[in-house]
Amino acid sequence: MAELFVCKAGEIGEGEVRIVALNEIEVGVYRHGGKYFAYRNHCLHQGGPACEGVMLPKVRDVFGEHKILLGQTFDEAEMHIVCPWHGWEYKLETGECAADARLRLQRFTVVEREGGVYVAV
Amino acid sequence: MDTLDTKFRDPAVEEFDTRTLLKNADRQAKQRHYEDFLIIDVDAHHYESESFDAIAEYIEDPIIRHSARAKKGMGAGRPTITNTQVGYQDVAGRVPRYTTRRSEKTPPSPPHRDVTLTKRWMDAMGVDMVCLFPTPMLQLGLHPQVEVEVALARAYNRWLIDTILADEPRFRSMLYLPFNDPEACYRMVKDFGDKKGVVGFMVTSARYKAVNDNAYMKTYALMEEMGLPLSFHAAYNWDDRALGNANRFITAHALGFTVFNMINLANWVVNGLPERFPKLRVAWIESGLAWVPFMMQRFDNEYMMRSSECPSLKGKPSDYIRQMYFTSQPMEMVGNRTMLQETFKMMNAETQLCYASDYPHWDMDLPSTIYDLPFLSEPAKRNILGGNAVRFFNIKDPAWCDWKLAARAAKAAAQ
Repeated sequence: MAELFVCKAGEIGEGEVRIVALNEIEVGVYRHGGKYFAYRNHCLHQGGPACEGVMLPKVRDVFGEHKILLGQTFDEAEMHIVCPWHGWEYKLETGECAADARLRLQRFTVVEREGGVYVAV
Repeated sequence: MDTLDTKFRDPAVEEFDTRTLLKNADRQAKQRHYEDFLIIDVDAHHYESESFDAIAEYIEDPIIRHSARAKKGMGAGRPTITNTQVGYQDVAGRVPRYTTRRSEKTPPSPPHRDVTLTKRWMDAMGVDMVCLFPTPMLQLGLHPQVEVEVALARAYNRWLIDTILADEPRFRSMLYLPFNDPEACYRMVKDFGDKKGVVGFMVTSARYKAVNDNAYMKTYALMEEMGLPLSFHAAYNWDDRALGNANRFITAHALGFTVFNMINLANWVVNGLPERFPKLRVAWIESGLAWVPFMMQRFDNEYMMRSSECPSLKGKPSDYIRQMYFTSQPMEMVGNRTMLQETFKMMNAETQLCYASDYPHWDMDLPSTIYDLPFLSEPAKRNILGGNAVRFFNIKDPAWCDWKLAARAAKAAAQ
């Protein structure tokens, strides 16, 4: 295992991602809500660059009395990262596939120390 | 633990480039040694709407050409003589190449920008040859003016032959047939069936004309005589009365891309067209595979009770369906490995299934979707990825992509 220097602390803005690579293993390092998350940049579907797409909140149906559908809304508490090849969505905070929790992106540990951000690959 | 300094990439500030987007596809191609065999993509697309001004100049009818010219410079998405559908193909921005691809830098033409862009994704995936189809024109069969469908179809086909097919041996196309005008279909085959790069003709499936109408028989006979195959390329019509009940695009797409081909294929079989045109090769494009066993089982079951309605048939409907060609994309691959294997068996996939990517559309499939199937033998994989298409199109002059040629030469030199 190696530790990769990603960037200086604070260089990754809120909701942003940086892609770092060790040989053929690419890792997307995210910062969201003051925390860092890192996943392998490899979608479980067809191998797309899962960490290079958009980040969007989960969409929820909104129901009213008698279970009538009132509409849909974004749930900002559950952010998703979206693979740009086909739109497979993963939960930013866990790496779980939004459509099937049995599937997860490979996760890596991120450490912030001495003014730098590092990821263990 | 060693600490390594590395340069990071920030996707938010990078310029869009197909080769970057598909770098993982390129890696797959090299890991799987696609240089060892030919890969033909039987269904991929370009955006002919981005060349609309040039195509408009090919319109033969002066009044329709004038209407098309009036749109010049307005850009895509403005009201024009072409028809469109409500749709969210890009999953509401989640598949961003639908918009970012417009900013991709290419060298000055020639070759045409679409040639450069297409070769970039073909090379990344290890695809050697492509059967290229338009994109917005897949809805042209629903145009309220038959004469406009004919005018745009002829203009597009002539433009495609001149601009894309003439100088690119890796590019082929099954030309658009303006199916709402049977006579115009016949003329299209007569006029362009022998042009360079033309390997057949394609009917967009979302329309309201029966494929068994007597008016089409002389066109089918001509294509059979010329040895040119016919394909039906799926599309949806959200305005269809049945699909109009769908309130989300997933339903309009998942069903719409299948239901029109279901009706077309049913009419093709029960009216005995395979018996009437036994040498006419027919392919069904972009409806996936799951519908094929359904059609076989459903129609075989009813045929045993109602064969009197299909007196031209000498076998069960599935016997005819098994002789047709199908393209693989969008292949239903989630949690159904056993069903998928059985589907391949039922449809004689080893000889009848042709790989298709549908790139750059949102539900595209890489060659690895076929190559990685554990139940296929290596020869079967190679047939589906290229060999079956060689037979379907009757390709005599296969053209390889440059990196595969180089890799093959290097291997040969090392032996």
